[in-house]
Amino acid sequence: MPKSLISIQDFTKEEILHILDVAEEFEKNKSQTFLSDKVIACIFFEPSTRTRLSFETASNRLGARVIGFSDAANTSVRKGESLKDTIKMVSNYADLIVMRHPIEGSARYASEVASVPVINAGDGANQHPTQTLLDLYTIRQTQGRLDKIDINMVGDLKYGRTVHSLLQAMSHFSPTFTFTSPQELMMPKEYKEFLDEKGIPYKETSDLTQHLDTTDILYMTRIQQERFTDPMEYDKVKNVYSLNSSMLANVKPNMKILHPLPRLQEIAEDVDDTPHAYYFKQAENGMYVRMAIISYLLGKR
Amino acid sequence: METTEKQLKVSAIKNGTVLDHIPSGELFRVIEILGLSHSTTPVTFGVNLDSKSMGTKGIIKISERFFRDDELNTIALIAPNTSVNIIRNFEVVEKKILTIPETVTGIAKCANPMCITNHQDVKTKFRTITKNGKTRLLCHYCEKTTECKNLKIVTYSL
Repeated sequence: MPKSLISIQDFTKEEILHILDVAEEFEKNKSQTFLSDKVIACIFFEPSTRTRLSFETASNRLGARVIGFSDAANTSVRKGESLKDTIKMVSNYADLIVMRHPIEGSARYASEVASVPVINAGDGANQHPTQTLLDLYTIRQTQGRLDKIDINMVGDLKYGRTVHSLLQAMSHFSPTFTFTSPQELMMPKEYKEFLDEKGIPYKETSDLTQHLDTTDILYMTRIQQERFTDPMEYDKVKNVYSLNSSMLANVKPNMKILHPLPRLQEIAEDVDDTPHAYYFKQAENGMYVRMAIISYLLGKR
Repeated sequence: METTEKQLKVSAIKNGTVLDHIPSGELFRVIEILGLSHSTTPVTFGVNLDSKSMGTKGIIKISERFFRDDELNTIALIAPNTSVNIIRNFEVVEKKILTIPETVTGIAKCANPMCITNHQDVKTKFRTITKNGKTRLLCHYCEKTTECKNLKIVTYSL
């Protein structure tokens, strides 16, 4: 089975650091067309703007050609084709598969069926490892290091897959965590147990302002409507946090705000012009990191 | 005598496997795990039988069947204290102690409704995690855990 990237836990600390170093190389030199003999399939069974465009751009900048679809509605999946059959077929056409799918565990399964590497571009509420790697890249870029960072995660810590994967990945680097969330969306017990086992300290609060001034990285997330089965539950919490520029008066000068985007009202637009806003640059970094991951899995870096 | 009375309740077998000291509430799930509803040899069982140590218990006797250790060990997920006796010519020739398996393939159902194994024809696969005497199953695919006390058995169509 070729090496795939399905869960952030699939990569060792050394592999993570290698990817970040390669991504740095691509940020300096954006177009390196050494994959001009490769075809990359981007198959998206669920809508996405940023992730799909950044994967397609990353592939193009490496010289590869891209096939795929952005919506399963116009494919044989609608006729009832199994995921296995779709993956078998695409494996025969392409050298690497980038897949997003709403069902959890679908990416792991695809990697077992495929004869080429698979990159998980999000499998429902489970994993989104390329987001995690670009978050790590951005943290290192803004702080000059990954070790001993104070990270404050805000918003939906219960369903938010990006915060879960980031927590697992950062556990290699002796961080300190603050979890800011409403009661209904607190960090699940299994992740807190994971931190306890590793001896990593964390604080929990429902007040966004409480730990802002000691934070190095403020990791904001959207309350995701699509993860709620009960619309009443969503209405209760959807507007719970709203960061605006007046709240940033006493934060550390190196403090940067990250957000996996799309953002709603959780970050007011007046924050965009402060030196702490970094979420658009973070999205740009996604392209370099995805170039690095593709090159690594195809054995070119 | 008490022992004679018990043997009258679930009659003795000549050759086969006897599973004793099953918690009464778990008896039917043990039957499911071992797929005994498809058995072609005689199976007798009793439930809510008096037990000195457990209050009540269940017992299953399967004639002419001898299971592999990995088949028996899956019982440990829901009834770890089950005693397993191998019977030959009406005598107990071997007693087995169950150990919780490290991995479980294709028996348990993943409790996550959004897991791929509940949507497509994918055999389930778990790693077991035992902590404070409680066993949970970590799904190889969706990475969510299923508590063994809520365990549902995958039923195969024959």
